[in-house]
Amino acid sequence: MNALEVSNLAFAYGARQALQDLSFRVEPGSFAALLGPNGAGKSTLIALLTRLYHLQQGDIQVMGNSLGQQPRQALRQLGVVFQQSTLDLDLSVEQNLRYHAALHGLAKAQAKVRIDEELARQQLDERRHEKVRALNGGHRRRVEIARALLHRPRLLLLDEASAGLDPASRLALNRHVRQLCRDQGLAVLWTTHLLDEVQASDELLILNRGRLVAQGPAQRIGADDASLAATFARLTGAEELA
Amino acid sequence: MNIYWHCLAGIVQREWLRFVLQRSRFFSALVRPLLWLLVFAAGFRAALGIAIIAPYDTYITYETYIVPGLACMILLFNGMQGSLSMVYDREMGSMRVLLTSPLPRAFLLASKLLAIALISLLQVYAFLAIAWFYGVQPPAWGLLAALPALLLVALLLSALGLLLSNGIRQLENFAGVMNFVIFPLFFLSSALYPLWKMREASEWLYWLCALNPFSHAVELVRFALYQRLSLSALLICLGLTGLFAVLAVVTFNPQHAALRRAG
Repeated sequence: MNALEVSNLAFAYGARQALQDLSFRVEPGSFAALLGPNGAGKSTLIALLTRLYHLQQGDIQVMGNSLGQQPRQALRQLGVVFQQSTLDLDLSVEQNLRYHAALHGLAKAQAKVRIDEELARQQLDERRHEKVRALNGGHRRRVEIARALLHRPRLLLLDEASAGLDPASRLALNRHVRQLCRDQGLAVLWTTHLLDEVQASDELLILNRGRLVAQGPAQRIGADDASLAATFARLTGAEELA
Repeated sequence: MNIYWHCLAGIVQREWLRFVLQRSRFFSALVRPLLWLLVFAAGFRAALGIAIIAPYDTYITYETYIVPGLACMILLFNGMQGSLSMVYDREMGSMRVLLTSPLPRAFLLASKLLAIALISLLQVYAFLAIAWFYGVQPPAWGLLAALPALLLVALLLSALGLLLSNGIRQLENFAGVMNFVIFPLFFLSSALYPLWKMREASEWLYWLCALNPFSHAVELVRFALYQRLSLSALLICLGLTGLFAVLAVVTFNPQHAALRRAG
């Protein structure tokens, strides 16, 4: 069973087609990078994957549960870190996590155990009573990851999670998520427009103008050109990225 | 069932925490009705004589008359504001987190409306306490009897707010909502003047007021405060709350806003 399976997905904003005939899968325990220039359709795809938008055509399955047919079972298996922070800045780290645990129906005692575990894993235990506003960007992202993992999902979706972070924090976050992927057998879909966040061993999906223009191991996709950046530029018509 | 309870408790607790943190909002929400009570009503007391009308057993001061309407005004502003903030949140803020919960969307929205309503009740009772010390003193049991009525009205107005906000693109339109929804609902109601007075002025204005759901909300609370039941107001408020809530949930769709922007 795949952690994520997207089949023949299409979505239009009125007359404008945002996604066309999109099909891909992410296997359990694998790290998939979804790469695309701005306007490629990444945000629309995330909105569909998180059920913010309704499916118009095609299907999305999370751990074998269709988002269209069994949305509740599918959402139970899904952890999300949105591009824009969705933390309540005026509440403490722990209060934010408790709210999320409640939304997933976790009892107080169970929530406390999970919060302790996740905060320890993210090395944020000592900051649990601090307001989120007092944390730097990298730590806020870690809180969001801790929050996304509280209900023990099998698929973690990170939408441009490194946006707005300095290079060191960006690298640390990327490493951290890869570690989670290895240690917990978690499937990860990491969307980005930054090539340096992709590693050769990753499953790579390149999205351009609503279509998947390449998919497979990053190593293989980049093999036809001098670099992955050159391949990306050729496939998307974008200027070569560093 | 426990899952639903934990979820509801979590949503209410979050609204409570936000309320505690935003004390200035609490006080500013009290300023509006207090100005009406302490300034407007004092000025108009002499001009507006109130005959003996149900549920009152005797002549009352104008301040006494408008207190139930002002309590509902707090609920009106809070309901509209709370629902509109959900519009803002649904695309970029905490609403996205709420919507990724595996519990049914209708339950999540209803819980959010209930949480907003419960917090609004605290503001209403703070206002009633000040009014009490100012001299507007309904029976003590009436204050308790008004609780379910106020809760129903709070839910009615938040559901109406959510329904309206489903058709609104952005939060900036709150000024428009003030002009085209809040003010007409408030002024075309029995909040500030009994409807028979309005009838003396204009027959068609009277009918607008009589058909206004907010008039029934105010009367439900007014009667409850004096330990009386206005059955017609209760049935109308119950029916409209159900109708608005169902329509609000059915029409709630975050992608509508995106489609409208694109279209």
